[in-house]
Amino acid sequence: MTRFWRGFWTLLIGIPIVALAAWGLQDNARLFVITFLNGLTLASLYFIVASGFTLVFGLMRNVNLAHGSLYLLGGYLGFYTAQFTGSWLFALAAGFAAAAVVGLAMQVSIFRFMPGQDLRQTLVTIGLSIVIADLLMWAIGAQVHQMSPPAALDGPLRGLPVIRAYSTYRLTLLPIGIAIGVALWLFLNRTRIGMMIRAGVDDRAMLAAAGVNVNLVFATTFAIGAGLAGFGGVIGAVELSMVPGEDTRLLLASLVVVIVGGMGSVVGAAVGAAILGLAETYGLAYAPTYSVVFTFVILVLVLAFRPRGILGRPA
Amino acid sequence: MSAANWRGAMNVQTPRPVASGRPPAGGTPAPRPRRFTNPIRPRHILVLAFLLAYPWFAPPFFTFQIGAQALALGLIALSLTFLAGAGGMISLAQMTVAGLTGYMVAIFGTAATDGVTLGWPWWLAVLIGIAVGVAAATFIGWLSVRTEGIYTIMITLAIGVAFYYLALQNYAVFNGFQGVQKVFPPTLAGVYWRAPTPFYYLTLGCALAGYLFVVYLLRTPFGIALQGIRDNPRRMHALGFNVTAHRVAAYSVAGVIAAVGGVLFTWYNGLVTPGSVGTGWLINILVIAVLGGLRHPVGAFLGAIVFVLLQNFAIDVIDRERFNLVIGVVFLVIVLFSRDGLLGWWAALSARMSTHRGESPWTAARKRSYARSSPSASSPS
Repeated sequence: MTRFWRGFWTLLIGIPIVALAAWGLQDNARLFVITFLNGLTLASLYFIVASGFTLVFGLMRNVNLAHGSLYLLGGYLGFYTAQFTGSWLFALAAGFAAAAVVGLAMQVSIFRFMPGQDLRQTLVTIGLSIVIADLLMWAIGAQVHQMSPPAALDGPLRGLPVIRAYSTYRLTLLPIGIAIGVALWLFLNRTRIGMMIRAGVDDRAMLAAAGVNVNLVFATTFAIGAGLAGFGGVIGAVELSMVPGEDTRLLLASLVVVIVGGMGSVVGAAVGAAILGLAETYGLAYAPTYSVVFTFVILVLVLAFRPRGILGRPA
Repeated sequence: MSAANWRGAMNVQTPRPVASGRPPAGGTPAPRPRRFTNPIRPRHILVLAFLLAYPWFAPPFFTFQIGAQALALGLIALSLTFLAGAGGMISLAQMTVAGLTGYMVAIFGTAATDGVTLGWPWWLAVLIGIAVGVAAATFIGWLSVRTEGIYTIMITLAIGVAFYYLALQNYAVFNGFQGVQKVFPPTLAGVYWRAPTPFYYLTLGCALAGYLFVVYLLRTPFGIALQGIRDNPRRMHALGFNVTAHRVAAYSVAGVIAAVGGVLFTWYNGLVTPGSVGTGWLINILVIAVLGGLRHPVGAFLGAIVFVLLQNFAIDVIDRERFNLVIGVVFLVIVLFSRDGLLGWWAALSARMSTHRGESPWTAARKRSYARSSPSASSPS
């Protein structure tokens, strides 16, 4: 794309957004800013879950459509851990660990035996997600589970300009999401294991010949990716709630995020999550009936002009 | 993973020789065997006779709940079998096409819900419904053929779920959560078409027509070009075929089948709700198609029969609420242990039974299954 066209599209998409934002600010600044914060904090949750998905798919070409089930599993386990120990941090650790262990089991027992068979992986994980969702419903029931935020983050944060008060917990999600994003980026680009993972994706056989235990490296990556879903589950158990059906919702959100942002790119997942989170919350605030349609229109536009996502590269 | 690999994975066995489907230019066309249909074997007649006689010995519950439902679901799954088996494109939005058609039939025709329906004659409503369904399928195809393999699955899933939420939240057109109730087939020629036996024959007629249509289509130049595109899009492109147009056309054709199935399924249920286009049903159609096997159109109906039987009787074995667990486990077992659903097991079984001279049993079975399922293997050019 030439510089002219890039500028043209930026203006074509940018001007209406800026105009709408100006109108929103002028019309009801408080609503606008609160919606903005809601959108960013929702995006933070989406990013945490979707970054695990994009890590597993983008780097290892493993299609894990049971990612939403891992989210739900982590959320439930975090809920019970918090109830039992009373500690939110323990809950986070338990959610991460549970999802990581289940993910590891999946990688070792299933994915390792079908490398490169995208279709079978997809079908198997669809089957797994049906089974896990039903087992969870059997064990836990269909009622809504909502975790209360940790004592330190409970209640509103007062004295903010324009909006006066905002939930401390939700505001904390923003730095958490950013920290996870930066940590993932550093892990992949600046550490030895990250280097091995990237090398293994490019040429698995050569990496093995260089004396690296490729299976171990990939199992670690898969466990981290799955663990992030469980971690997101514990966060989502406070911010949203845990109920059967949330697994497909978060799976869909992850799918849209990575499709819009570009597969396998951590930065792309952040961009996609921000777009999706903001579009969903602004849609809900300003045009409740058609909020889903906004998501869909964004998806269609991105696919029509950038089939591999905004930051995607050819596979 | 490249497109060729993906499509190779779809095509579960070794790549077949691709027949171009066009007579060689500038010469007399090679004499082709005059075989426009599969050879009719005793078992075809047996199955047809069984299907025709079925309502006469089965109780109404079996005719309607099992027979008609399996045939209607099989027709929707057939559209996916065609797309996936012949075109190498797995679309999860086939139920969305079917559901949208059902909604259109309900909205334009007569139903019990006030303020939503227009009350037009049933045949007009059905025609409009199918037209809208095919248009939607073409649009979905146009969107998703830009992507390949797993991206296609994800995008069609996203489209399907977006439509589910639209139907759920929109009250002006789709009547929100409640959907449209009491959408029944008309009374025509003195026959109430929702009575078990007439409705069974209605679905059987449509299912047979759809099945024969797909079997025929796979032998036309279009069908053969589509299978060539599945196996090697770059080569087909180099040969001068418009790859994108063929793929979008495949979506449209599958849309016709799914739309007809959608009308029947809506009439069977007597209502259409957002739940019938929800994620569960999107996945169920994939489960049905994969359960049966993608190598031959009959797989869709096999899968539908197994699915409906499980749905109705597995709950007696375990628990009414645990149907998803049963179908999930069955699906997992089939995907993990069979190369191609029930048809894959059938091939393996008949391979074990057969002793063909000089050939390994597997080759013999594969040859016979090719002769049954694919025109390109029986007449390589």
